[in-house]
Parts: sequence; C-alpha cells; structure tokens
Amino acid sequence: MVRFIVRRLLLLIPILFGVSVLLFFWVRALPGSPAESLLGERATPALVEAYKERYGLDQPLWKQYVEYMQTIFRDRDLGVSVATHRQVTDEIGQRFPATVELAIAAMIFAVGFGIPLGFIAAKRYGGPVDQGSLFFSLIGISVPIFVLAILLKYIFAVRLAWLPSVGRIDLLNFDAEHPTNFYVLDAIITRDPETLWDVIKHLILPAIALGSIPLAIIARITRASVLDVQNEDYVRTARAKGMAPRIVDRRHVLRNALLPVTTVIGLQMGFLLSGAILTETVFAYPGMGSWLRDAIFNRDYPVLQGGILFLALVFVLVNLVVDVLYAVINPRIRYS
Amino acid sequence: MRVKLLSIAGAVMACLLVAGVASAGSRSEASPTATSGDTLIYAGASDPTYLDPALVSDGESFRITKQIFESLVDFIPGTTKITPALARSWSVAKDGRTYTFNLRTGVKFHDGTPFNAAAVCANFNRWYNFSGPFQDASATYYYQTVFGGFRKNENSTLGKPLYQSCRAKNASTAVVKLARRNGPFLASLVLSAFSIQSPTAMARWGANQGTIRNGAFYPTGQYAFSHPTGTGPYRLQSWRVGESVVLVRNPSYWGRKARLARIIIRPIGDNTARVQALQTGEVYGMDLLAPQLVASVRNNSNLKVLSRPSFNVAYVGINSSKPPMNDVRVRRAVAYGLNRQLVVRSFYAGRAQVAHEFMPPSLPGYEKNVTKYAFNPQRSKDLLRAAGCGPPCKISFWYPTGVSRPYMPDPKANFEAFKASLEQSGFEVETTSMPWRPDYVKHVNDGTAGHLFLIGWTGDYADADNFLGVFFQGYNPQFGERNAALDKLLDRGEQETNQAKRAAIYKQANRLIAQQVPGVPYAHSVPALGFQKRIRGYFTSPIGTDLFKTVFFGGQ
Repeated sequence: MVRFIVRRLLLLIPILFGVSVLLFFWVRALPGSPAESLLGERATPALVEAYKERYGLDQPLWKQYVEYMQTIFRDRDLGVSVATHRQVTDEIGQRFPATVELAIAAMIFAVGFGIPLGFIAAKRYGGPVDQGSLFFSLIGISVPIFVLAILLKYIFAVRLAWLPSVGRIDLLNFDAEHPTNFYVLDAIITRDPETLWDVIKHLILPAIALGSIPLAIIARITRASVLDVQNEDYVRTARAKGMAPRIVDRRHVLRNALLPVTTVIGLQMGFLLSGAILTETVFAYPGMGSWLRDAIFNRDYPVLQGGILFLALVFVLVNLVVDVLYAVINPRIRYS
Repeated sequence: MRVKLLSIAGAVMACLLVAGVASAGSRSEASPTATSGDTLIYAGASDPTYLDPALVSDGESFRITKQIFESLVDFIPGTTKITPALARSWSVAKDGRTYTFNLRTGVKFHDGTPFNAAAVCANFNRWYNFSGPFQDASATYYYQTVFGGFRKNENSTLGKPLYQSCRAKNASTAVVKLARRNGPFLASLVLSAFSIQSPTAMARWGANQGTIRNGAFYPTGQYAFSHPTGTGPYRLQSWRVGESVVLVRNPSYWGRKARLARIIIRPIGDNTARVQALQTGEVYGMDLLAPQLVASVRNNSNLKVLSRPSFNVAYVGINSSKPPMNDVRVRRAVAYGLNRQLVVRSFYAGRAQVAHEFMPPSLPGYEKNVTKYAFNPQRSKDLLRAAGCGPPCKISFWYPTGVSRPYMPDPKANFEAFKASLEQSGFEVETTSMPWRPDYVKHVNDGTAGHLFLIGWTGDYADADNFLGVFFQGYNPQFGERNAALDKLLDRGEQETNQAKRAAIYKQANRLIAQQVPGVPYAHSVPALGFQKRIRGYFTSPIGTDLFKTVFFGGQ
C-alpha cells in the first residue's frame, strides 16, 4: 500500500507538468489579452501594445512558459492576478476553504439523502417509491444547477425569507473570528454556537443546489448496486440460513453495494472541490468558482493557470485518497 | 453499523434543514436589519483592487478610497460643481500654470500626523517620480491621463509631464506649478486618484514598493492592502477579500463627522443576486441597478430607486476613413437615418434622454444650438443620392455581444432598431457582432471595425476635455480621420484656464462636431441605484464616487 501511494504521488509530477503546459497554452489561445479585457473602452492600441511589452506578452510563447515556470520555482508562488493584483497563492488561501466547506456540505446532503433514497428504491423495486426516486433523480441530473439555485433562492430566501441569499456569514456578526478561514471549523474552535448556526444557514441553499447532481447520481448507483448485490449467492445463503432481513440488508447487501458508491462519491467530491462556478455566482459565495469565473472574463492568465493547476492537484489527491479508502473499506482489494 | 451511521447522517441533514427553516422564522428575524441602526451594508459589484487611490482606476476601488481619502477639491454632492475640500481656496496666477492652494489647518491623517503643504507636495512628487512598474498604465492610469508623463519616462508612449514642481510656501500654502497651461487640471484633482495620503504611513507601510511578477503589477508593501491612511470621514477597519470591506467612522475628522458608525461594502457580482440581497434585507443599498431590474425595486414597498446624474454618452461611431463615410453627406444621411428617439424610448426603461452631443448637458461647454438630426428617412435618401451612394448604400455596422454598459444596457436591441431605421432610410446594412471582451473593443479602438459601430463613454471627471478631448483631440483610429480644425479647437480648450472662455471654445467644438458628424450620439442614460426606503442622505455623484458620510437611517 505504501509503495502504491508513493508511486501515485510520484506520478503527480508528470501529471502536473502536463496540466501546466496545457493550461498555459489554453489560456493564451483565448481571444484577446488581459489589457483589452481590463481596459475596456480605454484600451487604445498604444496602451495595449505598451501593456503587452511590459508584461512580456509579446515574447514567444515558449519563452513566456519558461519564465512562468522559473517564477514558480524561484519565488515559490503561482504569480499575481492581473485583475486584483493579489498573489494567487494568497487568494487560494482565502477562497479554497470556502469551496471546501461548500463541497463538504453538498456532499453530506448528497450522501445523506442519496444512499437512503437509492437503497429504499431498490428494496421497493418497481413500486411507486422506486419510480418516484427514478423520476426525482432524473430531474436532479437534468435540471441545470443555476436554475435550481435561482429557484431555491427565490423561494426560500426572497419570498419566504427563511434563509440568507448571499455570502458565507452575516456581515453584522463582528464577533466572529476566522483563524483558519474554514468558518464552520472556526466557529467550533472558538466555541461560538451562534456563528456556527449562522454559517450553516448560509450553506444550506448553495449546498442543496450544488449537491443535487451528486445526490441523483449516488441514489441511482446505490439503487443499481443494491439490486445487483441482493441477488448474489451469499445474500441468498444468508436469507436461507434464516437471518433477519434487516441484518442481511445491513451486513451483506448495503456493505457490498456501497463499494462502487464510494468511487462515485470520491469522483463527485473531486468535482465539487473544483469550484462550483454557477452556484457560487448565484449565491455570491466567495469561493474558487466565482474567482475563476472572473478570471476567465478578465483573461487573468496567472489566476487561470495557478488556480486550475491547484485544483488539478486537489482532484488527483482526492482520487488517491478515494483509492486508499476503497482498500480500507474492502480488505479484498490489494494494491501493488 | 454503517447503515446506522448513514441513517443518522440523513436524519441530521433533515433536522438541520427543518430546524434552519423553522428557526429562521419571520423575515425580520432572518434579516440582519434589526440590529443594524448604525451600520450601512452596501453592495458593489466586486472587491476593490487595492486601496492606494493613486494606483487604481476602477470604480469599486474608488468607492472605498473616496471615504478614506480626500482631495484638495471636490464636487458639491450630486453635482459637477467644484468646491473646496482639503484646500480652503485656491488661485491661479496670470501665467495660467501656477496654482496656489490655501489649505485647511488642524486637519490630521488617520495615523495622527498633520496634513499640511509638505504632505501635499510629497503626494504630487510621489506621482511625478513614479518609476519602473509604477509607470505601467494599469498602475497609474489616471495620473498618465491627466499629467501625461513622469519625471523620467521609461516608455515611449508616455508624453511630456504636465507637472513641474510643488513648493510648501508655509504649512498651509502649497504652490503647484505646471509645465504648461491646462484647463481641466482643477476638475481632474477631484478624482480620488489624486487624494492626499499620509506621507508617514506611505513610507512606513511600503506604499512605493511594487514589482511586476508573472505579467502583473503587484504592490509588495502592506500599505495598499491594509494601511491606507487619509484624512477622510471613515478609516479602514478590515477587508476580507470576496466578503466585505469594513470602514469605521473617523472620530477625529476635521469636518462634520460621518453620521453612521460603520459602512460595510459587500461585493456581489451578479446583478440579480445584488437586487435579491436588497429585497431580503441583507444589504441596504446597491449600485449598478440594471435597467431591467429597476421595476422589481420600484414595485417593492420597502425599497426605492435613486438616479445618478447622467454622465455618459452612447453613440454610433463612424469610421470616416472608410468610403463612403469619407463623404460628410453620407455621414449626415446616417444621422438622419438613425431613429434615436425610438431607441431611447424603447430600450432604456425611461431612464435616458436623446443625446445630440458627445458630452452630457450638465458640463460647461454644452451647446444647446447645434445641428440636430431628427429621424428623417427621406432626407437621408436625398443625401445619399447627392453623394452618389445608392440608395441602397451598402455599409457595415458592428455591435457588441455579451455586454451591458450603463449607456447601452442592451446593445443588440439598440442595433436592431437602428438597422431597421437605416434600411428604411436607404442603407443596406451588413451586420457584424462579436464579444465585447476582448474582440469588439479592440477592433473599434484600432479602427478595424465597420463603417458604423455601437460604443459609448462614461466620464472620469467633470470636464468637457474628458469627453471631446478623449474622442477627437489628436488622431483617434476609432473615427478614422483627424479633423485639423477640431483638433486645434480642442488644444485651445485644453490650454485655456479661464472657465468662461473654455466653455465658449467647447461650444464651438460641439457645433463643428454636429456639422461634421464623426459619429452620432444618441443617448445619455441615467444609471440607477437601489435602496431601502429608510436610508436617507445619500447623494449620487455623476462620476460614481458617492460619499457615505451624509447617510443615515430615517423612517420609511
């Protein structure tokens, strides 16, 4: 197992190198440059040329790439945002915790409802509950996230005023401390239940919107997996031995049915951590997604390169963790 | 065991949802307004870039720096009339180049150091001596726009500096000498970019440290991020990127103290999200209310719409270097062929007036009696026949996609209406559209767009030169050809320091522009802001930098 992990970690080097090359050339393939994007009506040809000259954007691409990599290794950072003029690493430090919190909340929602829904649907196979779960999971997958986000927000925040519509925290909560930037964790560390509840309230709507697709996928995979497993020989044997149906479901059906679900959860977690651009935009949630959206509009090369490189690293690491967890959950799996 | 854990997780989620919904209760409980009597929460569109006003050029940064810093002169709130600020009065010598500012006494910066003539000169000299990365347009756009160049220009595109010297005659008198006469100088000093900052704090927190890394200017000192120090009615308390900028009242402010103890500026990029936050009471005021959302604010009994005085112009640009547009008769035919009244009436939600000139009517130099081109298809066709171009006269017409500007909320709608009216008037229009950022603006600015194109401008400071000078002084590829007579007039206008004489020069320029038709201005829009009705004392500035010190909570 240790050898497996080390080998996977070493593989990160060529993966990240490949991603950095692709990203570098992809962002430069976008039409226009930061100068034209940022200066708008004021982007006279002279200003644009001066800008390109100063920032080396008139240099050959390979030269720009070498310089970019040199800066990463020499200064140990990912550069500076063209639009906000802040260090990309600083911005990641501020925004990634928000995205992590939202991703975890969305995943709790998706797993908390998706697995029971899928399991019950499989147990009531063909019945109205099963049909209903299929219908709702289809809707969950088909409805665009931003439509659901706007709808949820309109009903629960604007019309009913039950939940907040924007941000991570009530801005009048001046007592809240943020030692880690993970607001839920911060509220727990500082033993501040009011802030904890406030932060959770801000997470509910975006987490539901963001978690709807993973929920639908998890419910469907769970259903299919339970349907497969419950016809296995060992399940039939357990039933034949007179074991109580609940215990059969719990020990033999669900435990084995959850193995493929674990992989899906891992993959979905990777996607959620990659930044929820639409959800974060609708709820003005200050995470990685809204930051990258602005970077695309602004042709903010350092942010796009650094931010996406970082997310690629996260994605690969999450998948590594999932692979390891898979072996932990299922001792029959051996990595070599 | 696992099933049990999963069931518990599901139950917890369900409980959280139900409890969240239940405990949030009524709107008044959910809304933060119940405990917010001394704090204004205001929504902008994004974070500020940073908080050294000399180094920023965006409205969101100026929104904050305007509260922290002050300039020598300012506008009377809600107008473009210059009024004393840190300078009690000023005079201009006969040479038109020497400005003597009599400064307020007893004023202190937020760090406790005194504001005086030495501080004023330190700021002017700082701007003038910027070097290296600070000479980049993204760092010192406004300095370069107004002052032209630096002590030692490091870029061939920079011009000769307007500034020459500053002398502290005594503690309360600063004498600023310019290299040449310049009419817009005083009006441009209103810009937050020319705020007076504490020299001590700037030195202490590294305001003049900056570098270019990975293609971007980056201030390496802490000043611009966490220690901006001015004389204004508010000072910076905290800034959490993506979340809020918190300003607190300056208890030692020299003038009438700010009425609210705290201002929180919250960045909400999405237009609809900003309006919804206003509706839910999560913010109490917001800027950049899109015209299509005005009705949703107006129809809410708790909210109101404020108007920002119009300070922009939308126009159909004409590239005179491309035949047949090199013939003034064809350009006039375009002017008669554009149904501007219809566009303004149909697509601006009643928040615009038809433009006849390239500058807003509020500025000195606006001429009421210019040639006006009311929609007249027959006249247009006659002119085209006289010019030997059709009808139909084939022309290309460009418009941008993926953009909504204050002066042009729906470019496609404007374009379609204009196209229809031009076709009715003897033109055959070939359509081209492309994304605003970055393609469209690039083509318009380097003169490679079509015969006609939709664009506009929002003024930076209250001077005719910031409109007519930007468009027509010197060669502007956008309009194709240089008009020597107009160029000369605008040079005179820029150099004239007698404001009455300047106004006369710009009136003459406006008459000439209307005759030559280098483009067709069609709308001055009135940007909207949304507020809760209980917010009082908010004055909207034409140039967008509103002061919060007069704001207070009143009844509904």
